[in-house]
Amino acid sequence: MSIEVRNLSRRFGAFAALDDVSAVFPSGKLVALLGPSGSGKTTLLRIIAGLESADTGTVLFEGKDATARSARDRRVGFVFQHYALFRHMSVFENIAFGLRVKPRRERPPEEKIRSRVHELLGLVQLEGLAGRLPGQLSGGQRQRVALARALAVDPSVLLLDEPFGALDARVREELRRWLRRLHDEIHVTSLFVTHDVEEALEVADVVVVMNHGRIEQVGTPDEVYERPVNAFVCNFLGHVNLFHARVHEGRAQIGTLEVEAPAHAAARDRQAIAYARPHELDIERTRTSESGIESTVVQILPVGPIVRVGLRRSDTGEPFEAELGKESARRLGLTVGERVFARPSNLRIFAEDYVI
Amino acid sequence: MTGTVSRHATGTVRRRGAAEPAWVRRILIGAALAFLALLVFAPLAAVFHEALRKGAGAYAAALADPAARAAIRLTLLAAAIAVPLNLVFGVAAAWAIAKFRFPGRSLLLTLIDLPFAVSPVVSGLIYMLVFGAQGWFGPWLIEHGIRVVFAVPGIVLATIFVTFPFVARELIPLMQAQGSEEEESAIVLGAGGWTTFVRVTLPNIRWGLLYGVVLCNARAMGEFGAVSVVSGHIRGLTTTMPLHVEILYNEYNFVAAFAVASLLALLALVTLVLKNLVEWHAARAAVVPAAESTEPAPP
Repeated sequence: MSIEVRNLSRRFGAFAALDDVSAVFPSGKLVALLGPSGSGKTTLLRIIAGLESADTGTVLFEGKDATARSARDRRVGFVFQHYALFRHMSVFENIAFGLRVKPRRERPPEEKIRSRVHELLGLVQLEGLAGRLPGQLSGGQRQRVALARALAVDPSVLLLDEPFGALDARVREELRRWLRRLHDEIHVTSLFVTHDVEEALEVADVVVVMNHGRIEQVGTPDEVYERPVNAFVCNFLGHVNLFHARVHEGRAQIGTLEVEAPAHAAARDRQAIAYARPHELDIERTRTSESGIESTVVQILPVGPIVRVGLRRSDTGEPFEAELGKESARRLGLTVGERVFARPSNLRIFAEDYVI
Repeated sequence: MTGTVSRHATGTVRRRGAAEPAWVRRILIGAALAFLALLVFAPLAAVFHEALRKGAGAYAAALADPAARAAIRLTLLAAAIAVPLNLVFGVAAAWAIAKFRFPGRSLLLTLIDLPFAVSPVVSGLIYMLVFGAQGWFGPWLIEHGIRVVFAVPGIVLATIFVTFPFVARELIPLMQAQGSEEEESAIVLGAGGWTTFVRVTLPNIRWGLLYGVVLCNARAMGEFGAVSVVSGHIRGLTTTMPLHVEILYNEYNFVAAFAVASLLALLALVTLVLKNLVEWHAARAAVVPAAESTEPAPP
């Protein structure tokens, strides 16, 4: 089922959690709502679930206005960061809850409930644990019970609020891959909130980047990572170097480097900021025809399979970082204090109206 | 009064081998025990001793006295009305305060504490002021032949007032600690308000609730000050057990006075046993799952 939100706004006192947000979440996709804390992603999720109400705006399920429908009637599955399992009920009863509380006419008979719960226990790979209490499970197991409980009522939408946020790193990674595989099996439209960039990029079909109660960019993981529409998205999605630059009639000047900047053809000697990720910087000893940013090597840090090279721009003294493969670093044989040229293979230039 | 949460914490933390030498510990424990013996055990023993001084026959006769039986009945009646009402009120107030933010929330919290802050005698006097013959509603009540003060309704009202913080105060910290995510889960899964309350909220608070009820009941049966003011001390009609004890004592009828007092002392003992049972259950409910979850479990 597709979900659409139109012009949603929500204030908590003076704080605008959502500021005129509109978006369409297509049917059957796994969507990540990604942003720093306080960006409004959880508020958006809770408004879609009906657990929170918007000050203005509408929520549409399959094109129909669902704004006035209560959380009870929206048929969504919701998974909380801290699982919110019913602590006094067994795993079995937790999963059966949604079926047992249906109105008498719709309630399935006991053996149907039983088989459905066991089917779900199989789906989340917890067959042997039906009789346990939530307190007797590990975090990862609890979250899978929460997921099974949400799926028991055949929700038309699955909403997950930082589903892996409370788990330790290894379990988190395992569980998110498992969620991806599960989604490939069941294809229910799913939205999950996360502030973990890697998680969003790895798991989601579509990433919605949010900041200050607004949506900054919607796109596939590749799109938002490779072609960020603004400085915030570029900066939020992974480590990035920032270079102060000038743009003039379609060309950008960064220290000794001069590159084409067709997006800024109309600019007349304006301040700009250029971004390049550490792995997008090549280091060269000599100045080639394409030229590079003249810098000094200040630090060389081998970290597992890569080598981090700390650099300082010769003209402005701004520090930045490059990442080299172990092999190319060995071939270069850099030493601290050496003068080099850093050549970006990918550079995103934004006129200066956004300050980090 | 502390919340259930902190009681659980003290229940599970065990300090072993404090740095003090054994003789210091023995002296401290001995002093504490001597103090308790002098101030608690001795009076308690004295109550039963005095009550039974003239034999079991006199004890039974004192309790069989019509006025004594009326006092017992009235005490039970007042508790039977006050405790269920305060149970409902306490759960409702705790629910509202713990799970919602609304204007007047802190005012409600303050009002709940009022009976703890105000001397019971003052509480009684307030009822006199409102419902007494010279009070605000007094003339109207007399006109319509309704007796509140110096009658059973006044005693029940005073008892309700004095005991209403117990359940709410016990539940508020517990419900705040539990948050409302489980209720939200239930609602998203399609449960209605009442189903959510009965199946999710109530089981989670049951030990705290029982604890509050036990304390509320003990206070309802033992209340003296507020009830004394509104009772009028009409023997056999408006005297509760504590008031009856006072009357008998003032009449130098010590055996009868201590016989009735021994019932109140028994009530206190039963309350303590119940309270400890509830605490033990609550601590077990909180600790056991956590302890078992330390066994290796696949992620």
